[in-house]
Amino acid sequence: MPGKPKLHYANGRGKMESIRWLLAAAGVEFEEQFIETKEDLEKLRSDGLLLFQQVPMVEIDGMKMVQTRAILSYLAAKYNLYGKDLKERALIDMYVEGTTDLMGIIMYLPFQPPEAKEKNLALITDKATTRYFPVYEKVLKDHGQDYLVGNHFTWADVHLLEAILMAEECKSDILSKFPLLQAFKGRISNIPTIKKFLQPGSQRKPPPDEKYIAQVKQTFNV
Amino acid sequence: MAGKPKLYYFNGRGRMESVRWLLAAAGIEFVEEFLETREQYEKLLQDGALLFQQVPMVEIDGMKMVQTRAILGYIAAKHNLYGKNLKERALIDMYVEGTRDLMDLIRVHHKFSPEEQEKNLALINERATARYFPVYEKVLKDHGTEFLVGNQLTWADVQLIEAILMVEEKVSTILSKFPLLQDFKTRICNIPTIKKFLQPGSQRKPPPDESYVVTANRVFNRK
Repeated sequence: MPGKPKLHYANGRGKMESIRWLLAAAGVEFEEQFIETKEDLEKLRSDGLLLFQQVPMVEIDGMKMVQTRAILSYLAAKYNLYGKDLKERALIDMYVEGTTDLMGIIMYLPFQPPEAKEKNLALITDKATTRYFPVYEKVLKDHGQDYLVGNHFTWADVHLLEAILMAEECKSDILSKFPLLQAFKGRISNIPTIKKFLQPGSQRKPPPDEKYIAQVKQTFNV
Repeated sequence: MAGKPKLYYFNGRGRMESVRWLLAAAGIEFVEEFLETREQYEKLLQDGALLFQQVPMVEIDGMKMVQTRAILGYIAAKHNLYGKNLKERALIDMYVEGTRDLMDLIRVHHKFSPEEQEKNLALINERATARYFPVYEKVLKDHGTEFLVGNQLTWADVQLIEAILMVEEKVSTILSKFPLLQDFKTRICNIPTIKKFLQPGSQRKPPPDESYVVTANRVFNRK
């Protein structure tokens, strides 16, 4: 029965990308079934596979899990990336919610009207450099360790790297004032499972392009 | 050191209400500091008390916790309301994310113009009756036990009752097609800690009114 986890989503980043990152970081192979048309989505719904009629959905360990946060927490706990006690979990949860908020703003950028693009990019840069990155820079500075929590690799580190790379796609020098985050980026990117995920040919998805955006709007009525 | 948890937020529901519910359900006494002025907020910022410059913030067990979901997860785990294994946690997480999405529709309702509110009300009605409540009705029906997960009270039950009552405030007949949820509501509301929280004089907050909106805008310098 235990096969590979199977991911149901559009063929693009969206809310599923953090899940791809976490599975990859944990060294877990996974399969994907891409939703390309309204009919694909309707079939999943009418087959009763989507608890709240929504994706992401991940078939794993006999469950059809939905809700991104629930899926990520399950994976983190299962693959020992959720810290060793309640306090470490609390820190990881806080940090991950922060990077989720930042990535959330970036994720919606392509779906905003083109006139608002410059304004939204400025907002992303502002939030990244004044609200979020200073926090993680300080965390690393205060304990002087390689990882955000508990001196070992956790979900918080994976999520932060994902956020950093996404932010850099918006503004390539966004880490210029954050030397510890730059070092962190180098370090985490070199972890073998992550290095592999960052190479061409992996299941990592590219930033959304025009075609993807149009398809998502059509399929999901966005 | 171990004092009562201290909640920093406005004197109103917003994102903190689910935290009040969970603490109350767990029988945990808590104190509150209400944000009423911009100066209070700026002082919290200057003191470095708000990790991402945002509230809710809860002082608990020597931490200044922020991010609603992180706070709720900590309280649930600490007070045995998060199930007994990974699979139960997974179910609880899925269920609370669903009720969270539903409650978020209501949380922002008062910010809308009257025309937008009419549309939002229709959306709340549709989502509650077609997307969310059928799921919880079916969960209760399929395993025939009193609680959503694992045959004991968990965070999922507390959040569901909160969501049910919130929706009923907007659409009083919303449970008319959900007999098991009606029973669930009665049962959960009779749990002593929850019954107490539902009585006048508790720390449960009323739905948002004009003054709540005005205060939030003032504190956050919104126009």
